[in-house]
Amino acid sequence: MADTLTALAEAIRAAAADGRPLRIRGGGTKDFYGQSLHGEILDTRGCAGIVAYDPTELVVTVRAGTPLADLEAALREKRQMLAFEPPHFAQSGSGGATVGGAVAAGLSGPRRAAAGAVRDFVLGVRLLDGRGQDLAFGGQVMKNVAGYDVSRVMAGALGTLGVIVEVSLKVLPVPVAEATLKFEMPEDKALEAVNRWAGRPLPISAIAYTDGDLGVRLSGAAAAVRAAQEKLGGTLVEAERATRFWDGIREQSDPFFAGEEPLWRLSVPSATPPLGLEGRQLVEWGGALRWLKSNAEARTVRDAAARAGGHATLFRGGDKSVGVFHPLAPAVATIHRRLKAEFDPRGVLNRGRMYPDF
Amino acid sequence: MNVAVPKIDFLRQAEVVGRLKARLPESSVLFQTEDTRPYECDGLSAYRQLPMVVALPATDEEVQFVLRTCHALKVPVIARGAGTGLSGGALPSAEGVLLATAKLMRILAVDPVARSARVQPGVRNLAITDAAAPYGLYYAPDPSSQIACTIGGNVAENAGGVHCLKYGLTVNNVMRVRGYTIEGEPVEFGSEALDAPGFDLAALVTGSEGMLAVTTEVTVKLVPKPERARVIMASFDDVEKAGDAVAAIIAAGIIPAGLEMMDQPATRAVEEFVHAGYDLDAKVILLCESDGTPEEVEEEIARIQVVLERAGATAMRVSRDEPERLKFWAGRKAAFPAVGRISPDYYCMDGTIPRKRLGEMLNFIAAMEKKYRLRCPNVFHAGDGNLHPLILFDANDPDELHRTEQFASEVLRKCIEVGGTVTGEHGVGIEKINEMCVQFSPAELEAFRGVKRAFDPAGLLNPAKNIPTLHRCAEFGKMRVHAGQLPHPELPRF
Repeated sequence: MADTLTALAEAIRAAAADGRPLRIRGGGTKDFYGQSLHGEILDTRGCAGIVAYDPTELVVTVRAGTPLADLEAALREKRQMLAFEPPHFAQSGSGGATVGGAVAAGLSGPRRAAAGAVRDFVLGVRLLDGRGQDLAFGGQVMKNVAGYDVSRVMAGALGTLGVIVEVSLKVLPVPVAEATLKFEMPEDKALEAVNRWAGRPLPISAIAYTDGDLGVRLSGAAAAVRAAQEKLGGTLVEAERATRFWDGIREQSDPFFAGEEPLWRLSVPSATPPLGLEGRQLVEWGGALRWLKSNAEARTVRDAAARAGGHATLFRGGDKSVGVFHPLAPAVATIHRRLKAEFDPRGVLNRGRMYPDF
Repeated sequence: MNVAVPKIDFLRQAEVVGRLKARLPESSVLFQTEDTRPYECDGLSAYRQLPMVVALPATDEEVQFVLRTCHALKVPVIARGAGTGLSGGALPSAEGVLLATAKLMRILAVDPVARSARVQPGVRNLAITDAAAPYGLYYAPDPSSQIACTIGGNVAENAGGVHCLKYGLTVNNVMRVRGYTIEGEPVEFGSEALDAPGFDLAALVTGSEGMLAVTTEVTVKLVPKPERARVIMASFDDVEKAGDAVAAIIAAGIIPAGLEMMDQPATRAVEEFVHAGYDLDAKVILLCESDGTPEEVEEEIARIQVVLERAGATAMRVSRDEPERLKFWAGRKAAFPAVGRISPDYYCMDGTIPRKRLGEMLNFIAAMEKKYRLRCPNVFHAGDGNLHPLILFDANDPDELHRTEQFASEVLRKCIEVGGTVTGEHGVGIEKINEMCVQFSPAELEAFRGVKRAFDPAGLLNPAKNIPTLHRCAEFGKMRVHAGQLPHPELPRF
């Protein structure tokens, strides 16, 4: 491990000396995601293994190159989990997803609205910055306000500020009971219902709506799940089928995601009424996430998201020249460029992966 | 209580006051000593400094004007909410403007459907919960100062509370922060959606101790008030057993809504003050809360009772109704003022450690009590390993002061040694700035300074807090070489 770390740091230093870009990569399952890929591959998979895991601490410290599947298996053995349900997208890459890639991509699965996002579970990171310096931020404890919260910023920074080599994540117990209910209703009614339910103390851990069908997952104490089932009604889905359904949403293997049209990801306030954009739509996160399979103009999609107070990402496919990520406000863009210059002054790490100008 | 109190430059003061009064009403620009005196310290009253000027902007435009003016004149700006912070984060500067948010106290919107509230920074934490209550919602983070502390200050410090383990800290409950950079540029971090494009600057700004931007509006997440909550009060005759009980609850797959620990000296101080009905014979008591649907709570309380009994609890009481539950919590929430009654002064620490080191840490603190001949009651957020040992001392006795400082420094270094942090929720401010040199390497501190430069290149927002300069660390390093014998022991350093 020490050797791998030294090798990674040396590769960064050498690249920085020549101003050569490096493309940080684990299993390559998220190569499709982001603006553009530049440079020689810096493979993080040599830096693997669980460093520390004590279930009673609710914290796991793991090296970035560890397969995400291995980490989840280790947690499952102790009846714990990554509550943000990061997608693997194993079908998209040659190898399996790594933990470092999952954190850097900052993507969360169906439980996000109920449990929180990747960034809510990141307690600390160890990273190599663009100078090859080995830096640690945050820690292995639940509460830590010493210095700026640099570790959470690494979640979703797409490796542009540093190569994550180790990360400490908060973990949670696997819920004792789970049940999935199905309802039939039009989109406006479904959006109204999921927002209303979210305002009541119900153990809803995920929702998914598409084309008249609303799926609602309940997770928690057996008594709470049973009571919620009675309150909500709907049709109970058989357990194995329910598991397959939610996996399909999380991993985008559900039939909704098939087809050649570009996939847009619209993140909007949960109570936003139906957007009425052309194409097919799948709603998650209590209404706050709207997947859109559509050939609509980028501007049309972006404007609709922005009008609602959100933003739109060209998630898969399509013409990336329109910009994968939503444009930033000028003052915020300036802060981004300055942060990049501080952490990676030579612009070595995943240059252009998030925005073309850094 | 700095010895060489910096003097205010009156010509400079007149210039800044003149410029500010061009756009702010007379009553919103304070500079006479009798007017600025109330702002000389925050909750860490050992440090005092009169600000050169106090500005009380009442609108976003006035905040922007104050910042632009100060930026143009190169005057430092220190933002302040209610001044309840415990680490000197809002300590004024003799060369600076203290920007108090007291007039920015409107609740702009409560949206029961989207479950969010949009408020100005001077709104009190508890006022948000009160405004949300008619809809069956509340704002989860509940620092013990919640009656007084403001949301702006909560964002600056990433405030916690007694329900963090289950409901998270401020960073997990704030959706969007709007404000201005020191240049007066409007900025927005986060979103009323569940994420925002680009870097997670909302996470960076939360807990940044007012050093990156000045907040003028916060959107917080509201969560449904649980139908039922009950708390178990369990007694233990041994500290280690209580620590193991905490681990056993988590190992059983239970995330309690609150999990707090108090040792005997703390419960005795509290009991005299609020009569919470605590078991005074217990060496330690645990407060463990379950919330949710009535069915869920009954099930969980029963499970927790089994775990606690196996862990060796000598007695247990479960709150029978809401008034009793609140009474149990009232004692915990009044721990600081209660201790304030039994000692002329107390010094509150805020380290966080891995839970499994709790017993070891408590024994270490007990040894320090003997070594420094000072009492130290302990209250903990046991669920998340956040400790609040309270060293009792008399500030009028220079030797006690000195011993307190040594005591605290040893405990903070022990926190780092066992894999923890010097501050879990109170912030670094001015108080723990030297310990930052122990917890972080020079390169890591330089990265923090890089973050600061990215937001505030001129270094005018709350300078000299939170992140120590290399020079300061070098000085502190030199001080530490003379192990245990700091130069000028008569000077208070916390």
